[in-house]
Amino acid sequence: MSRLESTADLEALRRRLAHERDPNRRYIAVCCGTGCTASGSRDVLAAFKEEIERRGLSGRMEAEGRVDLRRTGCHGFCEQGPLVVVRPEGIFYRRVKVEDVPEIVDALESGGVVERLLYVDPTTGERVVKEEDVPFYRHQQRLLLANNGRIDPTDIMDYIAVGGYRALSKVLDEMGPEDVIREIKDSGLRGRGGAGFPTGIKWELCRKSKGDFKYVLCNADEGDPGAFMDRSLLEGNPHSVLEGMIIGAYAVGAREGVVYVRNEYPLAVEHMSIAIEQARGLGLLGENILGSEMSFDVRINRGGGAFVCGEETALIASVEGRAGEPRPRPPYPAERGLWGRPTLINNVKTWASVPIIINNGADWFSKIGTKTSKGTMIFSLVGKVKNTGLVEVPMGITLRQLVYDIGGGAPDGEVKAVQTGGPSGGCIPRELMDIPVDYERLAEVGSIMGSGGMIVMDERTCMVDVAKYFVSILEDESCGKCTSCREGLRQMRKILTDITEGRGKEGDIELLEELAEVVADASLCALGGTAPNPVLSTIKYFREEYEAHIREKRCPAGVCRALIRYTILEDVCTGCGLCRRNCPQGAISGEPKKPHKIDQDKCIKCGICLDVCRFGAVKVE
Amino acid sequence: MEMAEVEEILGRYEGEPGDLIPVLQDVQERYHYLPEEVLRYISGRLHVPLSQIYHVATFYNAFSLQPKGKYTISVCMGTACHVRGAPTILESLQRILGIRPGETTPDGMFSLETVHCLGACALGPLVVIGGDYHGRMTPTKLDAVLRRYRKGGG
Repeated sequence: MSRLESTADLEALRRRLAHERDPNRRYIAVCCGTGCTASGSRDVLAAFKEEIERRGLSGRMEAEGRVDLRRTGCHGFCEQGPLVVVRPEGIFYRRVKVEDVPEIVDALESGGVVERLLYVDPTTGERVVKEEDVPFYRHQQRLLLANNGRIDPTDIMDYIAVGGYRALSKVLDEMGPEDVIREIKDSGLRGRGGAGFPTGIKWELCRKSKGDFKYVLCNADEGDPGAFMDRSLLEGNPHSVLEGMIIGAYAVGAREGVVYVRNEYPLAVEHMSIAIEQARGLGLLGENILGSEMSFDVRINRGGGAFVCGEETALIASVEGRAGEPRPRPPYPAERGLWGRPTLINNVKTWASVPIIINNGADWFSKIGTKTSKGTMIFSLVGKVKNTGLVEVPMGITLRQLVYDIGGGAPDGEVKAVQTGGPSGGCIPRELMDIPVDYERLAEVGSIMGSGGMIVMDERTCMVDVAKYFVSILEDESCGKCTSCREGLRQMRKILTDITEGRGKEGDIELLEELAEVVADASLCALGGTAPNPVLSTIKYFREEYEAHIREKRCPAGVCRALIRYTILEDVCTGCGLCRRNCPQGAISGEPKKPHKIDQDKCIKCGICLDVCRFGAVKVE
Repeated sequence: MEMAEVEEILGRYEGEPGDLIPVLQDVQERYHYLPEEVLRYISGRLHVPLSQIYHVATFYNAFSLQPKGKYTISVCMGTACHVRGAPTILESLQRILGIRPGETTPDGMFSLETVHCLGACALGPLVVIGGDYHGRMTPTKLDAVLRRYRKGGG
């Protein structure tokens, strides 16, 4: 493929692709995102390839009745992977195994459907044929994720065929840099990395900063545990992020760009590298992009596995080859960033929103969402929830809709709380599930939007343990520069550990609150600044759980090991001996077909007996 | 130690101090740790003080100053995995292998480490062994999985 010398060339290529590709032609989309790959989708893809070739159904340019096979990015419904969707009909198959492949191809040829591989709606008990009718997808509004699952992320032609780089054409043909910035400002887009700073204002600041050489950075150091949407976008539609970055570079006048991506995301690194290569090959990156005056190129930097590098000044230090320690702001990166030059840094989702806004207009975009939070947001709905996966919804949807209508509620028991915003966020109790999701409302209840992680917790989740968990992560990830953060978190973790291990005492809760305040006030960056959120929100909403640990030495959720014991219910135990044989400590005794017993002195509370018992005879108290 | 390989790695970059982290990542990938003599060599070639290299090498989780085992076992301690029982998985692994996170078994077979999130939350609790994902892990399944690696295959 040769370089495109103008925006007209790009449109001509798009027309040619449209002509070559019959939109009604069938293709099998096999999800090869990280989740489905881990469930075995690569083997399924290979089996399809073989089966299609064996039956002589392969080939893009062939006649009718032929079928394409497409390896796509994450479809979002990871819980049900490996996912296979037959398009254009949208027939949705889940948990597909290699053995199922011939049957699916049979059905494809005969125009039928493989019933047993369809999704069963747990509330109605009915089989659902089409992807769009699956409750998990039905309530979503997919803009950023629209093409994940439809295009091959390693083929730029797929992206161009669905309208890719059209926004870039529009910008180069019709808009000056100020027009672009005005459009982004008018759209009301706010930073999707967590803090929610208005994107257009950031761009304007960078545009106005003096300097001949400016940079554009993409923050893909997705460190929040429980969040994986940035990875899915980079894996599934890397060109949408790249197109956003090129438009950003045009708006602020940048020459070079860097995508800073976690090293733990090898597939994202691979797909982004391919995307950059292909974009360069077509002249969408490099000198005189699409024959214009604009020159801009992008490279990838792999992160070193430090949570704090998600903070923009720490990220910049890391790109410069130093330890990722934040520095005070101002000056903001938009004024003095990478190598001391003006730098425009945005999150993956923010960048991917840019082409959508340019294509559809600020007016259209700003009609989605609430008064202060515009557009859609991607959440990763995980934890104790039936339908785990990535969901994209308009801002302003309620937590209840997210967790119940899309997530299907908790698999067993009641939802107790929802945790948003990663380690810097808070736990929102079920009484507040009707609040709309937007930046301000989440902050009001003691949490944050963050990067979109949403962890559902049920009655078997101990909130003190959760608070300890987040504080331990932050203690571990604190860069150590500010004493308040480094030492304060350490002390908070110690107190929380004491509470969960039965050494809690009166006054501990108050001491935690006081420490939390100091850590938040006296730390430089957002890591320390928001670190108290998980502790303060759990104290605020679940104080009685803390008190049960401290006063009664009891863990109501049955999680904290020092405070629980495993016993066998005599009337339920059948004496099958499975627990006895599996116990690593030899702590279980009993004769065959008679109730067994656990020796509490030997028991290390590993939970294996609970795990293996088929009769529900092991009780935690 | 042969420095030709290190030279090959250095040759992929422009030789500026800013290339330190990518160079160290490649060295880590090649040797599974950062050998001291390699760090000394890099210090001279990139004109970065050795103290600063150690600052970087000890700051980021991706780097190790100790040799790693044949298979690295990463236990995901992300929030979704945590609420689904990751701590129990980690404890079982420590018990079975007799090592703590950051350590390697005496036979050089396994290194144990924890990670904060691997982004495959739907599969939690998740354990990654030598790059293979093992989802929906239970303490009972661990023994069988580890045996497969001991026998020399995934």
